[in-house]
Amino acid sequence: MPSVSFEHIVKSYGAITVLNDLNLSIDDGDFLVLLGPSGCGKTTLLNLLAGLLEVTDGRITIGDRDVTDLDPKDRGLAMVFQSYALYPTKTVRGNLKFGLSASKLPPEEVEQRIAWAAKLLQIEPLMNRKPAELSGGQRQRVAIGRALVKKVGVFLFDEPLSNLDAKLRTEMRLEIKKLHDELNPTIVYVTHDQIEAMTMATRIAVMDGGVIQQFGTPDEIYERPANIFVAGFIGSPAMNMLDARLKVDGARILAEVEGAVGGIDLSDYPFMNRPNDGAQIVLGLRPEHFGPLGVILPDAAGTIALPVQYGERTGSDATVYFRTGGKLLAARLDPSQLHAARQGETMSVSFLKGRANVFDARTGRRL
Amino acid sequence: MSQISVTGQTAIERATTEARPVYFPRRKKGIRPRSIAILVFLTMCAAFFCVPLYVIVVTSLKTMDQIRLGEIFSLPEVWTVQPWLTAWNDACSGINCNGLKVGFVNSLAILFPSLILSLAISSVTGYALALWNVRWAGPFMFLLFMCAFVPFQIIMIPLIVLSGMLKIYGTVWGIAIVHAVLSMPLLTLIFRNYYKDIPNEIMRAAMMDSGSFWRTFFEIILPMSGNILIVVLIMQITSIWNDFLVGLTFGGLGTQPMTVILANVVITTTGEVVYNENMAAALLTAIPPLVIYFFLGKFFVQGITAGAIKG
Repeated sequence: MPSVSFEHIVKSYGAITVLNDLNLSIDDGDFLVLLGPSGCGKTTLLNLLAGLLEVTDGRITIGDRDVTDLDPKDRGLAMVFQSYALYPTKTVRGNLKFGLSASKLPPEEVEQRIAWAAKLLQIEPLMNRKPAELSGGQRQRVAIGRALVKKVGVFLFDEPLSNLDAKLRTEMRLEIKKLHDELNPTIVYVTHDQIEAMTMATRIAVMDGGVIQQFGTPDEIYERPANIFVAGFIGSPAMNMLDARLKVDGARILAEVEGAVGGIDLSDYPFMNRPNDGAQIVLGLRPEHFGPLGVILPDAAGTIALPVQYGERTGSDATVYFRTGGKLLAARLDPSQLHAARQGETMSVSFLKGRANVFDARTGRRL
Repeated sequence: MSQISVTGQTAIERATTEARPVYFPRRKKGIRPRSIAILVFLTMCAAFFCVPLYVIVVTSLKTMDQIRLGEIFSLPEVWTVQPWLTAWNDACSGINCNGLKVGFVNSLAILFPSLILSLAISSVTGYALALWNVRWAGPFMFLLFMCAFVPFQIIMIPLIVLSGMLKIYGTVWGIAIVHAVLSMPLLTLIFRNYYKDIPNEIMRAAMMDSGSFWRTFFEIILPMSGNILIVVLIMQITSIWNDFLVGLTFGGLGTQPMTVILANVVITTTGEVVYNENMAAALLTAIPPLVIYFFLGKFFVQGITAGAIKG
């Protein structure tokens, strides 16, 4: 199970440069998710790895092989496509078999691998059907099967779940996760769905504008976002971003925010450099790090009192939105508290200690 | 058992006998003057094609004695198939009086190699242009497009010289190659446009699975091109069968297609013009493409509309 690395990758189409000097490497057995909004270059990066696009400059290695100039079939990869890309005139068996057409294996080995993949994915009863006779989830399984039979070390997934309905997506997510645990291949998985990224990945690369904004484990990405983009992109409802001013007084550091009585205490925040007094910052507060509505917790970082705009319930959770300046501030609540949130009334809610994120207002970087 | 059938019957009776109350009666649409005008126009258009055909068919079934009366619209007094038999077996093309059947065999001998050659060349070219990164694909397409508009007459003499140099002039294969070359621009465009609609990801999957140009073509692309193959097949059968000029200029004495023999039969004038035989000969020549249409017409329409709505 090889490692994969991109070194100084440049990809341009004429005058437009999509990726500029991109570096990324993962270990064998890693589950890398390339996460980002549409047009961030994540699919381009995947296609470069697959060999479906040629790099303008740079080097791609899989294991200790330089694959930059190899044909897709010679790179030792298997790919699952967004639209499944099953061959419509072939049966499921034919689809799996064609996946092995470049490998020149003896027929018994081909049969054995097809049987193995079919059993693993539970598609044995479907082997003689055409793709048109399969449901979305079944097609997805076949597409994964076609990749599995190759028994390669690196699997590529290009938004494989985005065509499925919500329930099926959750099922397939678990299934892919299970496959990774069982077979432990190196996986590169492209998605714009942060839940897929958070649940499956061992490493996430958050991309925007052709640049990797942050590369780390799901926990790192979620708990310590490197900049405002990552902070805002990961999490639903999104992290609250409040403009604030730092007040440094000896060891005591406070963030002065609209609506926060006495500011938010940041004394225990691990600043990389000691901040200056009066520095303009963006304070990132996750909705789930607020205490109960209307309760002022004594050991909280601070308490915010703002007028309630509205509350909404999403099944297991409820979110109440406060009005602050031109923006909304979201706080997650226990659903039983939602009835207490009366529109227009100013209510207070505490923010837990040690959970705040602080970004430089000018550069957007984490402080 | 009987109980069930009785209740079943009553349910059906109730459904059929109890009329549903009508709340908003709608006026029945009658025939309006506008539709009459359209019908008349369409009938005239149809007559434009049908009347000459009618004349040809009845003339071919008449005796020469009746034809000399000049009443071209009248039905035969004595129905006879003798003109058809004579046209098929004994009609004279120049000094050979072996009938059209010689031409029929020649036409078949020309048709199959021409079909195979033209379909093979243009489908593979279209596939390469549509789905593979071919250098200069754009200029090549433009060149093909221009070639589609070059009239055959302009390049006829150079082609004859060329085929003479290649020692294929006057052979069936010579005619087949000329047909394939002449039809290539248009057919390549048709195939290319059809293959352009094949989802990108299927090609990418094939590229990763096999990476082989021919294997992908034969195993993935060709099975997906049933519709367009039928369309092109019918177009080619019709145009090759009905072709006169290529057959006339490139056909040797033993390889003249049916159309050339027909022309010779009709043009040959020794004594009176045998209208009934000529009509029968013309009909005999026209029948094969009609038979093909009859059997494959349904697929033809399917194929033409296949690209319209993604299905």
